[in-house]
Amino acid sequence: MTNAEDIIIVKNLIKHFPVRGGLMGKPTSWVHAVDDVSFTIKKGQTLGLVGESGCGKTTVGRLVLNLIKPTGGEVYFENKNIYDKKQCSEKEFRKCAQIIFQDAFSSFDIRKNVESIVGEPLVVHGLAGGKELKERVAELLRTVGLKPEIAREYPHTLSSGQKQCVGIARSLALKPKFIVGDEPISALDVSVRAQVLNLMRDLQEKFNLTYLFISHDIRVVQYLSNYIAVMYVGKMVEMAPTEEIFAHRLHPYTEALLTAVPIEDPRLRRPREILQGEVPSPVDPPPGCRFYPRCHYAMKRCKEEDPQLVEKAPGHFAACFADFHSSERII
Amino acid sequence: MSQDIQTNAQIQIELREPEQNRNAFQRFLRRFSGNSLALIAFIVLMVIIAVSIFAPYIAPYDPAKSDIVHRLQPPSLAAPAKGGFPHILGTDQQGRDVLSRLIYGGRVSMSVAFAVVAVAGAIGTVIGLISGYFGGWVDLVFMRLVDIQSSFPGLLVALTFVMVLGPGQRNLTIALLIVGWMIHARMARSQVLTARESTMVESSRAIGCSMPRILFGHILPNVISPLITTYVLEMAHMIEAEANMSFLGYGIQPPASSWGLMIGEGRQYITNAWWLVVFPGLIIGITVLCLNLVGNWVREEFDPLQKGRH
Repeated sequence: MTNAEDIIIVKNLIKHFPVRGGLMGKPTSWVHAVDDVSFTIKKGQTLGLVGESGCGKTTVGRLVLNLIKPTGGEVYFENKNIYDKKQCSEKEFRKCAQIIFQDAFSSFDIRKNVESIVGEPLVVHGLAGGKELKERVAELLRTVGLKPEIAREYPHTLSSGQKQCVGIARSLALKPKFIVGDEPISALDVSVRAQVLNLMRDLQEKFNLTYLFISHDIRVVQYLSNYIAVMYVGKMVEMAPTEEIFAHRLHPYTEALLTAVPIEDPRLRRPREILQGEVPSPVDPPPGCRFYPRCHYAMKRCKEEDPQLVEKAPGHFAACFADFHSSERII
Repeated sequence: MSQDIQTNAQIQIELREPEQNRNAFQRFLRRFSGNSLALIAFIVLMVIIAVSIFAPYIAPYDPAKSDIVHRLQPPSLAAPAKGGFPHILGTDQQGRDVLSRLIYGGRVSMSVAFAVVAVAGAIGTVIGLISGYFGGWVDLVFMRLVDIQSSFPGLLVALTFVMVLGPGQRNLTIALLIVGWMIHARMARSQVLTARESTMVESSRAIGCSMPRILFGHILPNVISPLITTYVLEMAHMIEAEANMSFLGYGIQPPASSWGLMIGEGRQYITNAWWLVVFPGLIIGITVLCLNLVGNWVREEFDPLQKGRH
């Protein structure tokens, strides 16, 4: 798996959050937010991470950026373990890897103006000051398609699209190589979504950026991603190149996700895979496949044994015992 | 969402147009709009503070100079027989001018309260910020300390310390400081606990901000408004505490004067010289009331959610 082109390698990442209770505050149970997730991203490419809310995709994003510590597993950035301070100093890593938040406004210090928000990374790392800082901020704002005059504004006076662009400008300030987009367009008006997506694509081409694009909307992910990974309750259930996953699904959950995408022609209907039942709780999950209770293809084995992510076709990984495949053209 | 943008635009227009051609004083007065009670309280407070600061120039008599012949004279606007400024608020048991003692006493009360709140506020806030941000055993140690101390009545703790250290203005300040820091620590901690989980903090960490920068550069400015309210309200509390201690004889020592001490000294003469107790009591009441009114105004004014409600 190790390859010079692989900028991010995630190996068996695990994150369990304690549920505290009782008198002494000892953990009574564990939320299995991320369970044994592995993937790699090649330089200049995008991995789209999809799944419903609460499936752990955001936690993966935080772990990959070392914003929270994992329970187990490793993340390598340019072949250096980011959790090992000797191999990869935190300060240097922060310069290389950045994040774009879902709600840009809440990520800002609302008492500061746009200039200090966008310029803060440069100040913190001592890269620019005074007049140079002003120029760099203006340049960054132009890069994301904003007028430099906006620098004197305060965040609450901006539109939602402008806020997100300011957030992107802040992420770009340190000239990172890798950016985690944590649902970057989910909170935006439909009218500005395309604009922000296009901006992200243009920036990727311009700066040769690598993205981990997290979203619950597989259509949005499709637009930017070279690879798509599907998560369900802390586990990765399928991972394949974008074209491949749309052409052949090898996991029933992916099928359900894809058939939920509306068709653009109102006269057309398609048989939908409507999931029954509820998402199982990630608190101390039972053995066996986590999708088992909602799966139409469930077998006896699925209840007892946890399917592993295996390569079922070249470059196409899925975690399912059933010989499921669907190749109906959906999008 | 579009409505959001519209309201933002409106706010902007509202803020900008009148602000530009007003000077700082007018802008300041504007912040009191719709809350004339707070404005009055603020003005009264400023007058009390100004009078305390300029006491030597304002007080008609030396506050410590006794004049036994003219003792316990009731308030009067007529000039005394010996000549000079009338004893508007009467004289006390040693013939000292009550007004002058009140003016000098304000100096002591104010400076004790201000010193205590400034130092206790700074120490308490920093401890609270650190305790709340780091959590874990740091939090455990500081908060158990606060718990232990708050299980004793504050005045009792202060009294104990003054008895050990000896009375006087400096020791009184130290004693009140020891009692007063914990409310600020609690306040700051509770504010940080919510702020620490915010996306703003995560975003700051993501760009590589150091811990002190996050704590003092981002969290503190965003949680300062409820803390300022506490500072103002604690001023009122400390004026009362100083008065209590001095009344009991463990605070300011005669011949210096303080409002609490004046009530304590006048207590024995209350049946035939009401002015000895009533005027210091009144001024304590007014000051505390004004501080509370201003404190409430500060809370409304600096809380973005409350702003523009009235």
